[in-house]
Amino acid sequence: MENITEYYKSERAQEWRTEIRKSVKVKERTSMERSKMPEQEPNVRNKNSLEVNLGLVEKIALKEAQRCIDCPDPTCVKGCPVNIYIPKFIKKIEIGDFLGAATVLKETNTLPAVCGRVCPQEKQCEAQCFYTIKLNQPSVAIGYLERFAADYERNSGKTAIPEVSESNGIKVASIGSGPASLAWSADMVKMGYDVTVFEALHEIGGVLKYGIPEFRLPNSIVDFEIDNLEKMGVKFVKNFVVGKTATIDDLRARGFKAFFVGSGAGLPRFMNIPGENSIGIFSSNEYLTRVNLMNAASSEYDTPVIIGKNVAVIGGGNTAMDSVRTAKRLGAERAMIIYRRSREEMPARLEEVHHAIDEGIEFLNLNNPVSYIADDKGRVKKVLVQKMELGEPDTSGRRRPIPIEGSEYEIEVDEVVVAVGVSPNPLIPATVAGLETTKWGTIVVNDDLQSSVEDIFAGGDIVRGGATVILAMGDGRKAAAAMDKYIKEKIKK
Amino acid sequence: MNKIVEKEQFSENVFKLVVEAPDVAVNRKAGHFVIIKLGDKGERIPLTIAGSDPEKGTIDLVIQRVGVTSHKLTALNVGDTITDLVGPLGQATHIEKVGTVLAACGGVGTAPMLPIIEALKKAGNRIITVLAARTKELIILEDQMRQFSDEVIVMTDDGSYGTKGLVTKGMEDVINREKVDKSFVIGPAIMMKFAALTTKKYNIPTEASLNTIMVDGTGMCGACRITVGGKTKFVCVDGPEFDAHQVDFDEMLMRLGAYKDEEVRAFEAYLNN
Repeated sequence: MENITEYYKSERAQEWRTEIRKSVKVKERTSMERSKMPEQEPNVRNKNSLEVNLGLVEKIALKEAQRCIDCPDPTCVKGCPVNIYIPKFIKKIEIGDFLGAATVLKETNTLPAVCGRVCPQEKQCEAQCFYTIKLNQPSVAIGYLERFAADYERNSGKTAIPEVSESNGIKVASIGSGPASLAWSADMVKMGYDVTVFEALHEIGGVLKYGIPEFRLPNSIVDFEIDNLEKMGVKFVKNFVVGKTATIDDLRARGFKAFFVGSGAGLPRFMNIPGENSIGIFSSNEYLTRVNLMNAASSEYDTPVIIGKNVAVIGGGNTAMDSVRTAKRLGAERAMIIYRRSREEMPARLEEVHHAIDEGIEFLNLNNPVSYIADDKGRVKKVLVQKMELGEPDTSGRRRPIPIEGSEYEIEVDEVVVAVGVSPNPLIPATVAGLETTKWGTIVVNDDLQSSVEDIFAGGDIVRGGATVILAMGDGRKAAAAMDKYIKEKIKK
Repeated sequence: MNKIVEKEQFSENVFKLVVEAPDVAVNRKAGHFVIIKLGDKGERIPLTIAGSDPEKGTIDLVIQRVGVTSHKLTALNVGDTITDLVGPLGQATHIEKVGTVLAACGGVGTAPMLPIIEALKKAGNRIITVLAARTKELIILEDQMRQFSDEVIVMTDDGSYGTKGLVTKGMEDVINREKVDKSFVIGPAIMMKFAALTTKKYNIPTEASLNTIMVDGTGMCGACRITVGGKTKFVCVDGPEFDAHQVDFDEMLMRLGAYKDEEVRAFEAYLNN
């Protein structure tokens, strides 16, 4: 869309937009305070698995929408990885057309109810908001409004199933059913393709299901979106490991013309320090999968999980926050983050850190585990921790943590969750001849997200190595457009 | 959903199920396993594939009844379905002609050994199999094992069948008698530990097929991690077979007990229902 600026201009000039813009003076708009997200009381929610944020009520959403001044140059849009037309959806809310707002969101975002909950808005759209960059004031609560419109639509029972082009009968498949593949599948099915999504686990949704806990993203929301994709014609195949159950070659023989690999960064990293294989030490993937996907904390389910009293979670990202807050909810008396840098360097979403603090999570920042000590049955009982200080910035731009010699001390723990990152899943790269990968194991792609094997496209964490839901979805959409072009050119030949 | 098409009881607690899984039946090789889950509330457990019929699209699973899931699974009958089944997972056994192979099986470990000796036999190896169990009743798949073995030695702890003694005695008798080029050992962790110590004494390269706790089975969780040669490995994607002389069996045994208390509680609750 080269004429995007023109498009924004003409859209903004529409009568309804002009009218609503003029209805409240800019000064009045900018003098309003940013709305607060209603949430469950910290001491209540840290004992249940219900969603922390309750969502804005209509009245508050309307007020928040008024804060947006509908800038001629909507910088917020540039901050959004999928370029949601933010002012338009917000103004739709302001005129009370909530379903219309949801429609605008879905023009560019397959899963707005998900993104409204898990996107790091403070680093994306809200960081580029007029309020943030020009007024040095809290930005318009774009994320809250996105969630509001998406939830309104879902709860209204009037969810529009996007129109689907006439079937072209061309079979395409994705590997994995996480956010990248879901976004890809929506676009492909809309263009008329015969779309199959292959998933290795027994549930569709990837990290949205096994990773992100219920208190941050209820599974029912993910399932609702998956149902809609099914209604649009997307076929979901569970319990199917591409590369094992059938290879890409097998699938080619079954008539699939192109593939999108969205198999994610599924391999947990450990620190390889002494005692790390003691009982009670989990990867965050295992801990969260047991609790989220397998419902291990419920006695009605067969999967067990160790319930710790003193739980240490190693790391400072979203997964670390999810793990430590899960441990608290399962009854930990002490649930603590052990992070080798300081608060400022934490990669976790700001809201999650705040929520964690409110819920009584302890933060042992500038601390790093060096070894674990187990009892005679092999169960972890202590972690030996070393204090750190910050040095010069490293390649990530963050200040490098340096160990302080002689600062080691012990902390009593009966459960540890290691959340220090994940590596790309090697299954697909290992089973496809000629597929080029980097030394980190990510798949090499060109600007069209096409790999070194022409009918294979890839996106999300298998390309990025560890990013966000929204970036994965952006990749899925981009790959869909490129795959469509590739298939059409191929047919012409 | 995978339908059970045949069921056979080998002994009081050991059953064979033949299950429809067409893709797995075609693509599985010796050494591969599947993960199954029963019902919405079931857990995911790994089971080695004991054989398959690619034409009928079925695989053979041999299950020893020990905990809740294996009890539920063996209570299913022909015509019932397994809710979720995924595979084939893991690395296939490295099959080559080495000469004489000593295959040591402990109890239900015979089932995963069957496809391995079949492949090794077809690759031109001489196969000597030691089938060991506590008592006669627990010796399974003897006829099938004989089909791919040049010799089968049966050992029982109580002497109720074959020679009285442990698996290691049967192994050592063979090693002392003739040159063994390679050994495969499959069975309970403790049996594999001592079988590996036995072959190590004689410097015979040995592979062990490990059965650890798993959740996803695709390398995602690390529940199955063990130490091999001082390095952490995932049984589900790096294995299930490893150099038996490098495996830290003590750590593996310890990790297998991670949920002992929970398992006992869950099993009691299951029996009371």
